[in-house]
Parts: sequence; C-alpha cells; structure tokens
Amino acid sequence: MREPFTSFVAVGVPLDRGNVDTDAIIPARFLKTIKRTGLGEGLFFAWRYDAEGKERPDFPLNRPEYRGGKVLVAWENFGCGSSREHAVWALMDFGFRAVVAPSYSDIFHNNCLKNGMLPVTLPAAEVRALLDALLAAPGGKVEIDLAGQSLKGPKGDVHPFRIDPFAKTCLLEGLDEIALTLSSAAEIDRYERERKKATPWLFRDLPG
Amino acid sequence: MATLFAKIWDRHVVTRRGEDVLLYVDRHLVHEVTSPQAFEGLRLAGRPVRRPGSILAVPDHNVPTTPDRAERIEDRESREQIETLRKNALGTGVALYDITDPRQGIVHIIGPEAGLVQPGVTIVCGDSHTGTLGAFGAIAFGIGTSEVEHVLATQTLWQKTPRQMRITVTGSLRPFVTPKDVILAVIARIGAAGGTGYAIEFAGETIRRMSMEGRMTVCNMTIEAGARFGLIAPDEITFAYLEGRPLAPPQEQWDAAVAYWKGLPSDPDGAWDREVALSASSLEPHVTWGTSPQDALPVGGYVPDPAAHAEPGEQARMRRALEYMGLTPGTKLTDIPVDKVFIGSCTNARIEDLRAAAAVAKGRKVAPGVTALVVPGSGLVKRQAEGEGLDRVFVEAGFQWRLPGCSMCLGMNPDKLKPGERCASTSNRNFEGRQGPGGRTHLMSPPMAAAAAVAGRIADVREVAR
Repeated sequence: MREPFTSFVAVGVPLDRGNVDTDAIIPARFLKTIKRTGLGEGLFFAWRYDAEGKERPDFPLNRPEYRGGKVLVAWENFGCGSSREHAVWALMDFGFRAVVAPSYSDIFHNNCLKNGMLPVTLPAAEVRALLDALLAAPGGKVEIDLAGQSLKGPKGDVHPFRIDPFAKTCLLEGLDEIALTLSSAAEIDRYERERKKATPWLFRDLPG
Repeated sequence: MATLFAKIWDRHVVTRRGEDVLLYVDRHLVHEVTSPQAFEGLRLAGRPVRRPGSILAVPDHNVPTTPDRAERIEDRESREQIETLRKNALGTGVALYDITDPRQGIVHIIGPEAGLVQPGVTIVCGDSHTGTLGAFGAIAFGIGTSEVEHVLATQTLWQKTPRQMRITVTGSLRPFVTPKDVILAVIARIGAAGGTGYAIEFAGETIRRMSMEGRMTVCNMTIEAGARFGLIAPDEITFAYLEGRPLAPPQEQWDAAVAYWKGLPSDPDGAWDREVALSASSLEPHVTWGTSPQDALPVGGYVPDPAAHAEPGEQARMRRALEYMGLTPGTKLTDIPVDKVFIGSCTNARIEDLRAAAAVAKGRKVAPGVTALVVPGSGLVKRQAEGEGLDRVFVEAGFQWRLPGCSMCLGMNPDKLKPGERCASTSNRNFEGRQGPGGRTHLMSPPMAAAAAVAGRIADVREVAR
C-alpha cells in the first residue's frame, strides 16, 4: 500500500521550459543509489547550483516565495529522455506531489502514476496562463482535487483535467498494482502454457 | 489490415481492463542502475521472480572502461550498485554477464548477440533505449523501475495500446552517410516529442538495405523522437543475423520459427495513424548544434539564429541552448573545435560502427590536444574488432581503445566531460550535462566523429577522407 493521494492546496512553482529531460531533473551521477529515498538533493542540480555549488538565486526552486511548493508547472514534453524513475523519486523527495504541463514523455508519465505523483495534463493555453500567473505573483497557490478531476489556479481559475479511471483509483486508494495483477495469476499461467505450445523457441531459458 | 506492431501486441494480450491490456513479456534485460529498487521491492513484499530464465542481467552504466576495472572500481557507489546486481542475480537465479565475462557489454548490444531478441517477441528493460531491439521486428520498450518490479513479479505489464506511425525512407545513402544520419534527420523532421504516444515502424528501401547493426542504430534513437517503440519488419537479413546464436531457435524449431516470423510484417493495407516519408538519396552527414536531439543539421550548415524562428517559446529555447553550448549564430558548423571525441554507446558501438570509424582513422592522426575514445559495445564486438585489426588502426592513429560499457554517453562512470569541454559523440543525447556537468555534446555518426578527431573540429568526413 502506498499513501493515498488526497486533495491539497500548495504553492505552485513555475518552470517555464520545454523539453525538460530527466538528465536535467536528476543528473546521472545521482543515480548511483540502491534506494528510492534521498534523491531530492540532486533535483535540477545543474540549474539550482552554479559551478561553485552556490544556489542560483533566480532559479524558481531557490526563490523564497516558491519554497515548500508542491505543484510544479512546466512546459511541453516534460520528463523526456532517460527512463530513470529517479526523476520522479527526486521530485517527490523534494516535496512535489503533482506536475502540470501540456504534455509528458510516455515513460515519465507512467513513472509518476506508479509512485503516487499526479501528472496533470492541461491545454497549452491554460498552462501558459498558470505559468504567467505564478511568475507574475510568486507564491500563488494551486489547489488540486483529484477525485473531482479539477485544478484551481491562483486567481480562482478552474481547470478540469482528464485522467485514466484506473490510474485515478490507484492514486486515490494507494493500491499495490503488483498485488492486483497477481490476482490474475491463473490467466497468466494459462497464457504462458498456450504460448509455450505455439512458440516453444521463446521459452529457451537463460542459465542462471 | 494489421501492422507488424499490432500483430505482435495482440498475440501478447493476457487479459484486458478497460482500455488497458495486460501484456505478456517474453524477455527482460536488467542493468545495475534501474533494477536495485525493483529487487528490493520484491524482497520487502516476499515475492519471487516469476521467470528467472527469461532475464539477462549485465552491469554497463557504471563500469569503468579501463583495463584494471576487474580488480578495482574506485567509486564506492558504483561498486555497490554492481555488487548489488550480482547479489540480486545470483539470489534469484537470473543469468548475469558479470564484469569479467567476455560477453559483458551494453545491455542493448548483448541481447541481440545472445540471440534472445527475435522477431515477434516482447522485450523490456529499465532503460529508454530498449527500443533498439525493435530492429528485429519485436516490441521492445523502456520502462521505469516500478514496472521492472512488476515484470519480475508477474512477467506482464499493464499498457495502453500506442498509436501507429510509419516512417518510410527511400533512396540510396551516399558514401559516408549512415543510419545515424537517417535517424538524426528523422528526429529533426518530426521533433523531440513528435513520436510521443506512438509506436514507429521504419519502412522503405533504405531501411530494407540496412544491416541489423544499422537498423538497431535507427530504432535506438526513436525515443529521441519521443516514441517508446521503434520497429522494423523482419526479413532474410534478420534471420541470417539470428542463425546460430546461442538462444536462437534450435535446429528442429528453426523452420517453424522462420515461418512464424514471415507472417509478422505489416499487411499492405495496415492502418496507420500517421505516415511520414523521407527521401534519403540527397541526405548529408548530420551533426547537432544544440541541447535537444532535434537540433540536427547537415554538416555544411551554420549555427542557427533564434531570431529567425517564428515562435517565441522556441526562440527562448534556442537561445538557452546556444548559451549552454557556447555558440554564436552564423558560425559554420565545421569551424567548431572539439576537445574530446567519443565513439561508442548503444547507438553506435557495434562492429560496423567501428569499421566505419576505423576506415577514416586509418593512416591518419588524432589532432593535437584532442582526446579520442573508442569504446566497443560489448566484449564480443571488442574481440571481433581486434580480430580484424581495428584496435591497432585506432591506437596507431592516437585513439584510446577501451573495455566495453556505456562510457562517456552519460556521465555515470569515470569517462566524462569536464565543464565547458566540447565533444564529438556518436551517442544519442546532447542534453545539458549529459556527458558530465557543463559538458557540450555534438551528436554525429562514427565516421563523422573519427573525422572530427583527425581535424580537431567538427568536419565533413567526405573532405577528411578524400
């Protein structure tokens, strides 16, 4: 069981960039861990810190008004590149619970849902308006209501969003997807038996 | 009616739930970076690995490429990840090509060498470049660590069926124009997010004429166009590659397997959600100038001017990229000097890549001040290259000849760029910091990278090799 995803109101953090890749979210040298925790320190490392390790004061995550933010608002194709789930773990470890963008890479989107992180997809014009509002008045709050599939912006603007019904249930109830799938074990067994008959060459085992 | 993708997909559906399918996974590749948390998750839940015999594990991302690596890995965390992979494999009965195994190499290169990637299979790996393996007419895709755990436990994954795109490439490639140039041109054409939500089948005479190595290069970078899946229909070239490989169908099943494979290619009236056509007959060698793989141009071109772009968001992105890359609009691409050259990675470290680079390096010298690495993709590639004398060609020209691994593709092992260093690289990503913090990457083909090493700057291989 994971922690269920509940509605919340939190500061929105604008990251007005497109094609944010997972190497930028968490550089490879931080992936040398065998744990899921503690990755927040590497989050956006090259953008948060300069070459001497000092915070870049103008990067949104470093600005006092945005500290403690839980909703990251970004531009198109967010999370592209490497499949590293560490990108989601780093965002969550830092405190984020939701990302808002016009589009995501497929793998990053999947990785969010497996970890109780909500990827909200909104039309580009609405994301643009949210970014502009959060940039113009730093510290603005965003309210997310997953059950009602609705996001409220800092000016009270309401944005309904779509989400796959099963993913929504999993998030709201904190379900363990593997346990659910294992309840279909008999079907997997049956499939495997039939497949083995049809294409026996695919069942040559690798010697362990 | 059906596409290659749909035929394979439909045959792997165990059950359905709304729009989702439970997809059976035939083969699973595992490396040291994205698997430890998955194995730990299984242990914590008390779950066994369902089909250990379907899995092959290999350390590749973290391993140094220097000869002393078997005795000593300086970096404690890298060592721990590699040891953890070893323990997890041994503890669950999973096959492992360990660091001293002659077959060790980059995960996407060793799978085909073992013969475990075949037409019609589904194969996954916790790595976005898994799409490489779709070159065999397989459904191969990258997944996250939670999904790795799901596959270990259930041999299945819940998936949404992607949309279908066909990219048809026609015309003969000119000398020194390679499959890498084809895929860079494709990405430049459809954009870094152009394939998001799609499976892309590459078709057309240009693709048909490519070797398996070339096809793998093309499929490898479909993820750089946003698509998790890249596929190419299996044919005689595919079958010839597979015959005799350790895990290829045994003799008594070979004919049945080939008959099965021949039924897989897309039907002539297959349904496509999007079609793209590319003529390759006038294609030039490509290089990237920016920080997205879509920033590719013919080598004869100039660094573009953001002001010339119509869209303000794209202008801002281009300006940021140029600032990071330390480039000025209007600079001739072939006037850009390089500090390092990297020939390797899952994109371009197979035998043909090394042959093509060696042909340019032969009898020439790496320019003074340039450090150039050649990193074979696997122990088997290395052995074959050494058998052909390619290692001597490279070493005599002043290149370093290394042991197999991901090396300088991703800044996770000792091979990385220093801040501000500029690299001509045969890898797949030019993202900020990808090859090391502050490093600057120009993507190109192996012969183009060899030409850059010789010239000390980005160069047109056709002029260097003349």
